[in-house]
Amino acid sequence: MATATASIRRKSKSKAERRKALVPYLYLIPAFAVMTVITFYPLIYQLIVSFTDFQTKDLRFGLASPELNFIGFKNYIDILTGGLPVQNFEFFRVLVYNFWWALTNVLVHVPAGVLIAVLLNTQGLWFKKIYRAVYILPVVVPPIVVATVWRNIFDEQYGAMNQFLTVIAQFFGSADPVRLRWLTEFTPPIPWLLPTGPLPLAYYAMMIANFWLGWPFMTVVATGALQSIPKELYEAASIDGATGSQQFWNITVPLLRPAMIPAAVYGFTLSFNLFNFVFFMTQGGPARSTEILVTFAYDLVRNLRLFGAAAAFSVFIFIVSLAVFLITNRITRATESYTEA
Amino acid sequence: MATVTATSAAPKEKNFLVRFLTMNTSREVGGRDLPLWRQILLQLLTLVIAAEVLFPIMYIVTLSFSSKTTRPSALELIPREFSLTAYQQVLDRPTANPVTFIELLKNSFLLSAGVGVVALFVAVTAAYAFARFRFKLRQVLMIMVFIPLLMPAVGLSTPLYLLMNQFRIMDCGKDVTALYPLVECAGGTGKMIFKLRDSLLGVGIAMVAGALPFAVWNLKGYLDTIPLELEEAAAIDGADANQVFFMIVLPLAIPQLAVTFFLGFIGHWQEFALPWLFLSKPESYTLAMTLYNMTGQYANAIPWNRFAAMAIIVALPVAITYIALQKYITSGLTTGAVKG
Repeated sequence: MATATASIRRKSKSKAERRKALVPYLYLIPAFAVMTVITFYPLIYQLIVSFTDFQTKDLRFGLASPELNFIGFKNYIDILTGGLPVQNFEFFRVLVYNFWWALTNVLVHVPAGVLIAVLLNTQGLWFKKIYRAVYILPVVVPPIVVATVWRNIFDEQYGAMNQFLTVIAQFFGSADPVRLRWLTEFTPPIPWLLPTGPLPLAYYAMMIANFWLGWPFMTVVATGALQSIPKELYEAASIDGATGSQQFWNITVPLLRPAMIPAAVYGFTLSFNLFNFVFFMTQGGPARSTEILVTFAYDLVRNLRLFGAAAAFSVFIFIVSLAVFLITNRITRATESYTEA
Repeated sequence: MATVTATSAAPKEKNFLVRFLTMNTSREVGGRDLPLWRQILLQLLTLVIAAEVLFPIMYIVTLSFSSKTTRPSALELIPREFSLTAYQQVLDRPTANPVTFIELLKNSFLLSAGVGVVALFVAVTAAYAFARFRFKLRQVLMIMVFIPLLMPAVGLSTPLYLLMNQFRIMDCGKDVTALYPLVECAGGTGKMIFKLRDSLLGVGIAMVAGALPFAVWNLKGYLDTIPLELEEAAAIDGADANQVFFMIVLPLAIPQLAVTFFLGFIGHWQEFALPWLFLSKPESYTLAMTLYNMTGQYANAIPWNRFAAMAIIVALPVAITYIALQKYITSGLTTGAVKG
């Protein structure tokens, strides 16, 4: 009798346990059902399409199309060797430019953001609250609006930038209006800067516009981190006779590092895939010299309609993104252990 | 004042100048002193930065309040007139196509809010499963969900475009409709009445694909921080897993649900690439697409004051949402980030 009830109890308990073990999977069903249809299946489809020469005429029937050609790795090879029927396209030039674009942006945004945060953090500075409110403005304006506005600012004839430069030129005695072709001039101002390809004036225009957009976020992050640095550290340092710049390099910078490196990594990936901004500013022009990977992939689908090549290009984008993620992840991990130490 | 004193300076009053310039301007008690000359220098710096920030904003605000339909011939950063004609014109007739502003607004709103809500509801249970349960396939499934985060939205657009392009509803005549490619009209002909690719629904589906992994990630980070004790106490009182989730966890997660929704909303409001790729009919355009139409090659016909008004109209909802929720957005993002 006693053993029987025990075994029954054990049996029912294990049944309940089994049901309990199923609970997490039940909770995952909605997300995975949706993702299977709109993410995983399309990803597999993408891989299949990347080995074909899918064209506009195949749109109607999709993969069921009788004429669909499987062409092996031709799309991949074409992309790497510049065999695509696209003008002014070289994969490695775009890739190098893309990294250069993201890197130079972060290298400008982070120091500027930190310095401005330190400036705002000065004890006893007047109107701090007003400045904080003003400095946050670029963060709240949508990037597509920023890009369109800056595009008009850099207009050759009517743009505010040339008008501003004209005002300054008049101040120095020159009467001619400034007419810089910011977004269309192809001749690079500094030809030797990037060996794989020229950096046209549009690159600098975009750096200026993206600088406006980028540093305030870094200032927000740095301000948060600055406020958690104990004041006693600075007091002790000044008692020991450390100058302001010594305090900055030996207290502020090391203690900001754990907060700023993830922010820089985030900024890097953001700039790396900054589709809306680049597309609204230059659409990759002039002559694809400011093209980044995502804008080129978009051009392949939307305008050139080379669906097979676009699918193969997306596979490349995925590989590059994965590499960027693995590298940046390592960098953030490295700083994590630094904070714990 | 200081310089006036300085020019008529007797040697004794020079001390006054020095004293004036080095007087402490910091009103913070117990803090360090901030001499006046440094205060002035720092104020100059902060003002220059403020001017840099305000330059494009004032430029566009001034343009939008101008009644001139010509392009700006000289730099103006302070509005000389407050004319609302540009706004009125944009609201009346935003594009060259016969589509009203209300329709554009409705499209943008439906798309942003719809994608936000759907992604949220589908994501929240998955986020809970990943945050609270330890099960066999957890690592594998988590990687599967988060891998699309690595892929920029544009990267997934080719297959989604091709797949959704095949879905259409055909009118075969005689009150017969067919859902292609599942059912075909007899003889393979018929009039197309709905094409999933060329509809807001299709764009919405494509946008959910991008929004879902982010929602799971952002919610999981928050659910990780809800103390387990609450759920344990409920379990001791006899609540089963579902009750714990719906009665304890969901109510506690409401702030983060709201933040995730609004973050998504802000992002989808500005989403441009997918709608521009998918949609071809002007009546299903969004505000972001209209703004793009006002720049670049299509811009020649559009006066800049109208463009400026449109830019401000597109920016305002995002700016207001962001400022209202600033505190929650930054803290929400960081809790998500820290816990990974």
